[in-house]
Amino acid sequence: MIHSLFLINHSGDIFLEKHWKSVISHSVCDYFFEAKEKAVDPEDVPPVLQTPHHYLITVHRGKLFFLSVVQTEVPPLFVIEFLHRVADTFQDYFGECSESVIKDNVVTVYELLEEMLDNGFPLATESNVLKELIRPPTILRSVVNTLTGSSNVGDTLPTGQLSTIPWRRADVKYTNNEAYFDVIEEIDAILDKSGTTVFAEIQALCFSSHNPRLLDDVSFHPCVRFKRWESERTLSFIPPDGNFTLMNYHVSSQNPVAIPVYVKQSISFFESGPCGRLDITIGPKQTMGKTVEALMVKIHMPKAVLSANLTATQGNYTYDLPNKVLVWDIGKLNPQKLPNLKGILSLQAGAPKPEDNPSLNIDLRIQQVAISGLKVSRLEMFGEKYKPFKGVKYVTKAGKFQVRT
Amino acid sequence: MLDSNKDSLKLEAMKRIVAMIARGKNASDLFPAVVKNVACKNIEVKKLVYVYLVRYAEEQQDLALLSISTFQRGLKDPNQLIRASALRVLSSIRVTIIVPIMMLAIKEAASDMSPYVRKTAAHAIPKLYSLDPEQKDQLIEVIEKLLADKTTLVAGSVVMAFEEVCPERIDLIHKNYRKLCNLLIDVEEWGQVVIINMLTRYARTQFLNPNMNESLLEEGNDKTFYGSDDDEDEEEEEEKKSEAPMPKRKPYVMDPDHRLLLRNTKPLLQSRNAAVVMAVAQLYFHLAPKVEVGVIAKALVRLLRSHSEVQYVVLQNVASMTIKRRGMFEPYLKSFYIRSTDPTQIKVLKLEVLTNLANETNISTILREFQTYIKSMDKDFVAATIQAIGRCATNIGEVRDTCLNGLVQLLSNRDELVVAESVVVIKKLLQMQPEKHSDIIKHMAKLTDNIQVPMARASILWLIGEYCEHVPKIAPDVLRKMAKSFTNEEDIVKLQIINLAAKLYLTNSKQTKLLTQYVLNLAKYDQNYDIRDRARFIRQLIVPTEKSGALSKYAKKLFLALKPAPVLESPFKDRDHFQLGSLSHLLNAKAGGYQELPDWPEAAPDPSVRNVEVKDSVQEVRTTGEGRISLLGEWREVFTLLERVATLTSVPEWTKCSSREKRKEKKVEKPFYSDSEGESGPTESADSESDSASGSEIGSGVVGSVSGTASEESEEGSESEEEEEEEEEDEKDKKMTMKKELKKPVQESESEQSSEEEEERKHERKKSKARKSDSESESDEDEDSESESSQSESEDSESEAEVKKKKKAAQSKPPSKPVKKESKKEMSLLDLDDFEPAPSPQVTPLNSFLSNSLATDLEGLSLSDAVLSPATLSPCSALKSYELLHRIRGEGLSVEYCFSRQPFSPDANMVAVQMQFTNNATSETKNLHMEEVKLQSGMRVKEFPEIELLPAGETATAVMGIDFCDSTQAANFQLCTHTRKFFVSIQPPVGELMRPVFLTENEFKKEQGQLMGMNELSEKLTLDAECRNEHAIVQRVTAAANLSRVPCGSDRECRFAGRTVTSGSLVLATVATKEEAAAQLTVNCEKMVIGTMLVKDVLLALTQ
Repeated sequence: MIHSLFLINHSGDIFLEKHWKSVISHSVCDYFFEAKEKAVDPEDVPPVLQTPHHYLITVHRGKLFFLSVVQTEVPPLFVIEFLHRVADTFQDYFGECSESVIKDNVVTVYELLEEMLDNGFPLATESNVLKELIRPPTILRSVVNTLTGSSNVGDTLPTGQLSTIPWRRADVKYTNNEAYFDVIEEIDAILDKSGTTVFAEIQALCFSSHNPRLLDDVSFHPCVRFKRWESERTLSFIPPDGNFTLMNYHVSSQNPVAIPVYVKQSISFFESGPCGRLDITIGPKQTMGKTVEALMVKIHMPKAVLSANLTATQGNYTYDLPNKVLVWDIGKLNPQKLPNLKGILSLQAGAPKPEDNPSLNIDLRIQQVAISGLKVSRLEMFGEKYKPFKGVKYVTKAGKFQVRT
Repeated sequence: MLDSNKDSLKLEAMKRIVAMIARGKNASDLFPAVVKNVACKNIEVKKLVYVYLVRYAEEQQDLALLSISTFQRGLKDPNQLIRASALRVLSSIRVTIIVPIMMLAIKEAASDMSPYVRKTAAHAIPKLYSLDPEQKDQLIEVIEKLLADKTTLVAGSVVMAFEEVCPERIDLIHKNYRKLCNLLIDVEEWGQVVIINMLTRYARTQFLNPNMNESLLEEGNDKTFYGSDDDEDEEEEEEKKSEAPMPKRKPYVMDPDHRLLLRNTKPLLQSRNAAVVMAVAQLYFHLAPKVEVGVIAKALVRLLRSHSEVQYVVLQNVASMTIKRRGMFEPYLKSFYIRSTDPTQIKVLKLEVLTNLANETNISTILREFQTYIKSMDKDFVAATIQAIGRCATNIGEVRDTCLNGLVQLLSNRDELVVAESVVVIKKLLQMQPEKHSDIIKHMAKLTDNIQVPMARASILWLIGEYCEHVPKIAPDVLRKMAKSFTNEEDIVKLQIINLAAKLYLTNSKQTKLLTQYVLNLAKYDQNYDIRDRARFIRQLIVPTEKSGALSKYAKKLFLALKPAPVLESPFKDRDHFQLGSLSHLLNAKAGGYQELPDWPEAAPDPSVRNVEVKDSVQEVRTTGEGRISLLGEWREVFTLLERVATLTSVPEWTKCSSREKRKEKKVEKPFYSDSEGESGPTESADSESDSASGSEIGSGVVGSVSGTASEESEEGSESEEEEEEEEEDEKDKKMTMKKELKKPVQESESEQSSEEEEERKHERKKSKARKSDSESESDEDEDSESESSQSESEDSESEAEVKKKKKAAQSKPPSKPVKKESKKEMSLLDLDDFEPAPSPQVTPLNSFLSNSLATDLEGLSLSDAVLSPATLSPCSALKSYELLHRIRGEGLSVEYCFSRQPFSPDANMVAVQMQFTNNATSETKNLHMEEVKLQSGMRVKEFPEIELLPAGETATAVMGIDFCDSTQAANFQLCTHTRKFFVSIQPPVGELMRPVFLTENEFKKEQGQLMGMNELSEKLTLDAECRNEHAIVQRVTAAANLSRVPCGSDRECRFAGRTVTSGSLVLATVATKEEAAAQLTVNCEKMVIGTMLVKDVLLALTQ
């Protein structure tokens, strides 16, 4: 299956390699670099490349490329999913998944990779299991380690490996047990020029719910018992220790979705003279009585736009010239005084007028409400004598929320 | 630093070396220094040394050999983690010399008691195979063994090994097919992917095409595909059916195993792992009946929210699917709308899907969407959109003109790329109906002045040449302009200029003769040889000279032949001959090691190959009986009954008898199920705390079986299997553990059945049906049709069933004592009352009814005598009691327990622990029960039933079962009364972890021969003064361990045999007495840990 893994940074240096079978020279990566040269954006590098003797499957995460070499037939998603899992594990262990962090912890990374794959086949990918095998570095532990010379490698077999509940260690004991459920819903929508909804659906990362009939499509953490869900629409599970995503659900475009804000915009470029005009106003629409927070508008400007001279009635804006991104950070939306951004865009002299208008990407957050109307109606815990602390939090966010102009 | 004594220094050094390796630097010259540390005690150093070894051993084979002995030692370590990691490293160092060692290690690990080690063994198989493919045959044996493993931990890994080593040996899967299907949901996610992919291939070879009756029409579908809706297709199918004489086919009935696979994979669509979802999706796409495939669409659409790489792969597959099954993604059309922030490759794929989904009803929305896309900044994407519009236009006649107009408008776009792309597409569209669109051609002719993109220019020229009759005036003019700029044109444009010139020469030679000559002359001296060739060729063809042969006559026909309009096709057409989700599919090229997805077989191979054989251990049979009992919700009652009877007769044999009866019953009933629509299902689920899922499953099963019976007699057998599966499904929630074991026996009986003569079977079926309908009122559907006719036979069948039962009991208990017979009879009464309605026992003469086939049938069944021995052969030595709770600590309550050495009937893998509660206090104790059982992983406990009231001074007993997993680890739990809780623990002596088996002297020797070497432990001892005769030795040994004596010719030797309770590994012990008090104790056991401990215990018992 997975033969080798190369970690490559943005400038094209291979800074880590690991082989699970015979060693493969890192010259195979040249095919990848070739493809990368061709692509405008790192996102555009094809995830699967064919070379004379190998196949390269690449994942782009946090400015890093995880490039795996495969020699034989293997489901590409299998590899992609695994590489993302590797990146998730790094994130989980070191707080972020970046070149410097990986370089600093190269031995731990190597040990992790060793445990995660055996002969190219995933062995232990569950973070709880891994943490028992190889303890994550903390400041305290590194101090202790240097003083005592002890190691951060566990010497017992994680019990999870052996039980049918690989996501939880046996005998986890805490003085207080707390269960927090965050229901995070994201609205994906495309609004067209006139403000009509072209497409909208709700996606959610959720950490428990009850009787959500309208949910179209759900995916679960392996701890959730499918049968119970199918028969009773109850989520029954033995939770892993720590943070985890219990379920993802999806309220599809066939159900009406409340769009929390409306956008009035006009962006135009003049035929004569190197400039254009921009005017955007945002107002609340269906917010269920809550305030819209962390409102932000991002506009990918056409290449010709050189600078923006705008005035915002609320918040402030920045224009990132190299990437041609205009960001308008509004913050809280005040229904009485609608935020507005108005001004002139200056274009490169001599460049033809951009023929299309950029689309707006909107980011927002509404606390204490799940826009789909989903509620956690009941939360029961079994098998524990004492009463654990339970809490549920709802957040609605904008996911891929785009306004076409 | 590596030579230092301090671990911390070594560690530091190793860390640096590993960092070097990670960066890809060569650290091989340090090999000798590193390899020395392989035996280092510090785990972390050791691990890093392993990392190093695996990386460089291949290059330094000789030195690597130094480390082998360490691993060999590690392989025998009591800690499973160390055993596993030793095997992992040993198999990872690619040194050819150690192949035999690896082989040996793998074989041994494959029968290790730790599933984790077995998993590692499975991983090691492909490693060894890649190192030395000649070991294949031996490895296949190991794979076969591991495939039979029942733990979920192993399943995924061994299937992986199977796929890498012997994917062609599909026959190995037969016996494990159902098990794999049922385990699937509990296997870890990576294993699921591998198993599902393998099962897809398997199903393709074993089952019939569920869309068989439609398959003939598929070609028809393809033709009418774009123009018509699915319904229309359906109609056409109907038409075809009536028109074309279809080869007569049997009505299709899905194999129950096929159904099982589909049903068990479906919930995995909700997995969080995209690879699993994709695997299930492709399984459904390739295997499911057309109507059921739709379920996967939703899940695949969900994956579109994931990382862009995942989207990329999923969209590729969706694109392939939409070609064949457009309908299923239509409701999700909007999910494929494109965002400006999507990466280009995703955009293009989404476009592809949208185009495939386009039909008359949604085309307007799609085109509106396309219009927005055309304005995008991403020009590659715009070009793709234009092509997509072109495809929509060719496929959907109604919108062709609209599209064409739209495209023509694009011709005035400022971006040249857009214009060029439009030209190319328009050219293709115009080819379909050139007559109508001469104005467009004119318009395009004008464009030649502006457009610079070669491809577009070439397209325009071709168009003008091809349809020069429609634009007779413009064409020569264009040629004139082109002749002027000929030398500056790109090669493809030049070629088209020559073409245009030739065509015009043929149609309008008056005006263009000179121009053509001129162009050809220019071409003659062109730098490109293609162009020179073309010019020479055309000149010969069109310009009449003396030498020009017959061809020039046909020049006109050659050049102005009517050309068929191009079909704009999806690049994803026909990609689905690759298994979806595979690398090969993605690349549209066969990747190394790709296994072709076979075509459906014409006729289904024998389904009985998947039946599991009888030889599987008997203990599981027992659980079947119990499993069913518990289903009936009468667990408690039966449990207490069991106790009562146990005390009554002190022979717990009945459970086995009853279960055998049960099985017998099942067997007799089975055909009945197939007719009476799973009647037992609903009853069961009504009794059990019904979950609605089971209901629906039964429902589906019912439908299946109805059609089954309707169709063909011969399918009866398989249908009834489905019913059985159905039942198991029901139990799954409640009885996870039971279920797995339950499966086997059910199939056992099936296989017996199938081995019987067909005649016999039918006969029996009828009878049993009759019996049922006679003796039970619930089977109503049945009664209408069958009951009258078979009334007369009913008595027969009853008695026959009874006979079988009796016969079996008689056969399987040759050494039984009269007591037992009595008990058996009694119990059969009991169980009839308790379990489910069955014919009342009638005493019928044996033998008289027995047919030959039945006799052979029973022979096949012959239960290994193992079961019988505990009661018959173990000596009745006084059982040792242990204290569980002292009366002072227990505040008056004292509890003692002993290992009753009787099989624990609810679960054969458990050791029965008999507890005696004595209430020494003055007040009564209530609600005695267990709580908070804390166990090592793998261990299980069956709690004793709650004792509701224990009056002062009274004593009560209860039996609980503990599965110690063949280890001496303690089971901890709380003993609760209505007022207090006591922490207690039960730790078994090793001798209690086994049950006696009866072996003959020869068998014993044979088995002992197989357990030599590492598995044999010998110890010299001096016998205790009171223990120098045979009797005393036997007594002491059997007291120390639950073994039975094996007859022995020599009087100097005493032999004992048993099996461990959980894994059933054989334990053999021999005490050979020598002169005086000297003796030698030999223990053979494949579980070395058990062996070692047993030696200690027996030694102590004999020398104390």
